[in-house]
Amino acid sequence: MSSELQEVSPQLNPPGLHDIFMQFFIIGAISFGGGIIAYERILLVEKRKWLSSDAFMGYLAISQTMPGLNSVNLAVLAGDHLRGVRGAISAALGLILPGSLFVLAIGIAYAKNTDHPLANLILAGIAAAACGLLAAITYRIGEDHWRHLKSLVIIVTTFCLMSIVKLSLPLVLLIMAPVCLYLYRPSAKS
Amino acid sequence: MSLYVQLALSFALLSILAVGGGTAVLPEMQTLLAHQFGISHTQFVHIYSMGQVAPGPNMLMVLVIGFQVAGLVGAGVVLLAFFLPSSILCFYVGRVWNRFGDSPWRRSIQNALEPISIGLMASGVYAVAKASIVSPITLALALVTLYLILRTKINPVFVILGSGMIGAILIKYLG
Repeated sequence: MSSELQEVSPQLNPPGLHDIFMQFFIIGAISFGGGIIAYERILLVEKRKWLSSDAFMGYLAISQTMPGLNSVNLAVLAGDHLRGVRGAISAALGLILPGSLFVLAIGIAYAKNTDHPLANLILAGIAAAACGLLAAITYRIGEDHWRHLKSLVIIVTTFCLMSIVKLSLPLVLLIMAPVCLYLYRPSAKS
Repeated sequence: MSLYVQLALSFALLSILAVGGGTAVLPEMQTLLAHQFGISHTQFVHIYSMGQVAPGPNMLMVLVIGFQVAGLVGAGVVLLAFFLPSSILCFYVGRVWNRFGDSPWRRSIQNALEPISIGLMASGVYAVAKASIVSPITLALALVTLYLILRTKINPVFVILGSGMIGAILIKYLG
């Protein structure tokens, strides 16, 4: 009973809705070139410690296996964890609002068909750095998985199926999830 | 009116199909948009790159499609249709997940999904790398960022913005 209460009710000193909204709004405004999961992990696990590394990993796994954008799904789950439905809405709205306004602004300017060479140069550097950031966070998220043979084999197989064999994600999940569930079934020794 | 309904239904469908993020449904999206709304391939590529340029989720470019088809209201319809169904689904799955409490199966499921997640993230890195590492300069910027994030406590925002500035200068004069 007590453990269930702890699970369902948000944490002891939940942050305000405005705080949640603003933190995700900042991520939504600065995350040029993708890799939003990286910023979300820095916010949730490192900067504000709203989630434990383990809880983050669980939510990330759900975000990736459910339809929809991973980053938005993760915001919904983290927001719900912190402040219930309203937290989920605040986090998701904060995350997508800056980019929405930005993209609509260029969409409207698109009619004029203007080209901005300097912007393209800056964006090239931003995209390259975003790639480095995503690689760093992927490494950090992996934690000790990189040192366990079983995990490492699964990581490499998943990567190959996705990026080398180029299967679609639902197919990759259909193949990998049952195998991994069997490998990590409750009775199996970890 | 029927145009809005058509937009809403199309993007709600794409939302539910988008397992693993938006890129999975790009081909379906392009076909569907060409057939139903007459969006040409070139237009689609242009709109797609707007999403790449914008901060936040790249798939926010669906708003531009909504805008092109039916103006600002169209963009609003697409925003709701593309984000609501998947978000609501994920919300309830998260609730069920928390209900599992301390059940051994919850631990098992998470243990099983964790390495898959990391593998998918690695694929994400690979996909981003293919698009963004196009020259020795961009490779160097990516590696320096990787090093700085792992080894120092510098705010990533400064690293990213700094890379944008330095990259622009280097590419302009050396690239």
